Amino acid sequence: MADLRSNFLGIKSPNPFWLASAPPTDRETNVVRAFKAGWGGVVWKTLGDGDPIVNVSGPRYGAIHSSDRRLIGLNNVELITDRPLELNLQEIKKVKREWSDRAVVVSLMVPCEEKNWADILKRVEETECDGVELNFGCPHGMSERGMGAAVGQVPEYIEMVTRWCKKHTRMPVIVKLTPNITDIRFPARAAHNGGADAVSLINTITSIMTVDLDQMSPWPVIDGQGTHGGYCGPAVKPIALNMVSQIGRDPETRNLPISAIGGVTTWKDAADYIAMGAGNVQVCTAAMTYGFKIVEEMISGLSNFMDEKGYETIDDFRGLALPKFAEWQHLNLNYVVKASIDQDLCISCGRCHQVCEDTSHQAITNMVDGKRKFEVKDEECVGCNLCAIVCPIQDCITMVHQTKGTDPRTGFAYDRPYANWTTHPNNPGAHSAE
Amino acid sequence: MGSIRADGIQSGRLAPSEYEANFSDIHAPLSKHEAFVESERCYFCHDAPCQTACPTSIDIPLFIREISTGNDIGAAKTILNANIMGGMCARVCPTETLCEEACVREHAEGKPVKIGLLQRHATDALMASGKQPFKRAPSTGKKIAVIGGGPAGLACAHKLSELGNAVTLFESKDKLGGLNEYGIAAYKSTHDFAQCEVDFILSLGGIEVKTKHALGCNLDIASLRKEFDAVFVGVGLSGVNKLGLEGEANLEGVVDAVKYIAELRQAKDLSALPVGRNVVVIGGGMTAIDAAVQSKKLGAETVTVVYRRGQSEMKASAYEQEIAQTNGVTIKTFAQPAALVSENGKVSAVRFDETTISAGRLTPTGGHYTLPADMVLTAIGQLFVPDGLGGADALALEGGRIKVDAERRTSVKGIWAGGDCIAGGQDLTVAAVEDGKQAALSIHHALNR
Repeated sequence: MADLRSNFLGIKSPNPFWLASAPPTDRETNVVRAFKAGWGGVVWKTLGDGDPIVNVSGPRYGAIHSSDRRLIGLNNVELITDRPLELNLQEIKKVKREWSDRAVVVSLMVPCEEKNWADILKRVEETECDGVELNFGCPHGMSERGMGAAVGQVPEYIEMVTRWCKKHTRMPVIVKLTPNITDIRFPARAAHNGGADAVSLINTITSIMTVDLDQMSPWPVIDGQGTHGGYCGPAVKPIALNMVSQIGRDPETRNLPISAIGGVTTWKDAADYIAMGAGNVQVCTAAMTYGFKIVEEMISGLSNFMDEKGYETIDDFRGLALPKFAEWQHLNLNYVVKASIDQDLCISCGRCHQVCEDTSHQAITNMVDGKRKFEVKDEECVGCNLCAIVCPIQDCITMVHQTKGTDPRTGFAYDRPYANWTTHPNNPGAHSAE
Repeated sequence: MGSIRADGIQSGRLAPSEYEANFSDIHAPLSKHEAFVESERCYFCHDAPCQTACPTSIDIPLFIREISTGNDIGAAKTILNANIMGGMCARVCPTETLCEEACVREHAEGKPVKIGLLQRHATDALMASGKQPFKRAPSTGKKIAVIGGGPAGLACAHKLSELGNAVTLFESKDKLGGLNEYGIAAYKSTHDFAQCEVDFILSLGGIEVKTKHALGCNLDIASLRKEFDAVFVGVGLSGVNKLGLEGEANLEGVVDAVKYIAELRQAKDLSALPVGRNVVVIGGGMTAIDAAVQSKKLGAETVTVVYRRGQSEMKASAYEQEIAQTNGVTIKTFAQPAALVSENGKVSAVRFDETTISAGRLTPTGGHYTLPADMVLTAIGQLFVPDGLGGADALALEGGRIKVDAERRTSVKGIWAGGDCIAGGQDLTVAAVEDGKQAALSIHHALNR
């Protein structure tokens, strides 16, 4: 049996699945329910100082559904906790005491003054929680007040606040990054330079879900108006996965621990992030879609995957996919695949032909010997994968690596050795380098 | 070589390929793609009605989600944790009246998630992998006798062994499996699945099997109680109800449907199995339907199920009745057998009295009809035979079956019971498995406080 125990910055949890700072971790009731359901840890919903903030009483969430009403993306205009600071601190202390084997990290967001950070850190430390996460990512409501993403979008601020926090607390400091920037490496380096123990990413993406065309207003509509919110859920995972890998590959931050966030819905998503270097994952939308029980699938799936591959601990496969990331210019231009259609599985919908004909390389037939039939024309196929992606039947179209003979499309042998763009004759850079 | 129209009881009425086609899997397993598409239909409901409807409380939403994330083995573990015979139950459960009836998509669209087929998909994957997902707990030093190697006994033995107890499993027949092996229509359990499942269960270890051991013959409960720390009785129903008509016992062609199905299940060559040209099946339960459909599939020209009440009162579900009808079986209701007609010692017809429900009671209308029959299969219910359980310490019975409490404890200390032989049961494989499981937990708890 695989050992799913996680040790992130010395914070131990029975599994690497933490609930992200968000509505599910707003209060003791929810957090205790989550722990009972099996979650390894939580990042308590962001605390602020001063009077509690006020949320809208209209709709807070918007969503994109697939045609079968599966939730693909969620956005929200909820702010940080709207409960009194003292109440949250009492509950955090109680929960941590009663659930000592679980991770309890507290998310924080206060104005950009050293005193504010020093004060709240002192109070949070008294709860005996495991660490803090600095919320530099919230893209709505708080950023307009000079907090959240407003800090996260300025690397110098990130570094400054991180340094204050490291100065004023012994607890591990995780810096949560906003994706609403041009290059994630800059805020990550700033956090690293400020002394952060880890970064977590991504926070939500600034978004407008849709327009209510009857009311002619951004949706969700709050008394005739709408605003941008933070986008999350399965749809954002590829963006987050890339950012996680960017930080993992950057020479300046490659050893900076990462808590990955963004669309983790199944064990596979978590395994993807860990393979790309994350130490653990944080989850919100999946819990908000299916409830806390969903973690059972994540635990079972990750454990089964590790058993099948012979990985005994999370660290055994952490970061293994990272060295396989190559810049485009280093991809093998002599590696040739051709689409292959399994005629036994094919249901003759013709979608592969339609998209190849209209938008790609006219490499799939629609008629053979006067009969409706879809076959790949190797002399036209560039191996792009579009047909396999649009095919409704799993494993019906596969991309087959060609190793013997000659490519009828290019006239080149299939078994030519590795060669990339940097040395290609058509590359002006390759010539000048000679 | 017989043919469909040959009179009397004949074997080889069909071509070999027809037998093969007729007795192949009634529901083909889902392909990988179908399983993915179907699993995506599950809503992962809160306090899921399907799980509540399952007698073994399988966590259906979780196992379906595991399938949808490519984790078939994990899905199988989820199933088998609750129901060690999840593979057989996936084939034989009347899902249309259990989990699938409760599915919220049944209410929404009249198309429930195909839970049974998904369960089969996952358990088949585990069986194919050859993995043993269970590990025995350290030995408790306790010995338990399990009498009866059917679903209840096997489930009880498996759970007890998993918990670290040593089990001796006694079975009266040659093979384990009970009705999974000797009952149930052949097309629901193809490729010797019942024995594959038995092998899988026994591969856990800790279960010593003794076949050809029957209570009342070479086993008695008093000595078992002395030798073992606890006894579980899962002996099923070994008797059958009689029609009470003259000639029933000695006329050629009048056959007990339970025996006939057992013979069919054990037949190596179905073409050697004789069947009548005109078969009349008397009864309204699953045995009647299974016997009728299989007679038809063996090449009988006409098969008629006759039941004394209406179709809605039949114990066979509407879905099973439909299977019978789409296989060419005629179902006639509101008639009860009045006499067996014979020629030269062989049955030739059955005379029926027509009935009706009058003031809530089954009443003859005075009408009659006669159906030609060279084979009459009787399936009017099975009986518990308390052989070998008697003596001073006789187990208390209720409605002719063993009385148990919620933990499946009998009236006698140290004896538990489950499966079809206990009172209040549903006579389903899945219910028997639950009995065995609950009894095992209770026994383990009682012996290892």
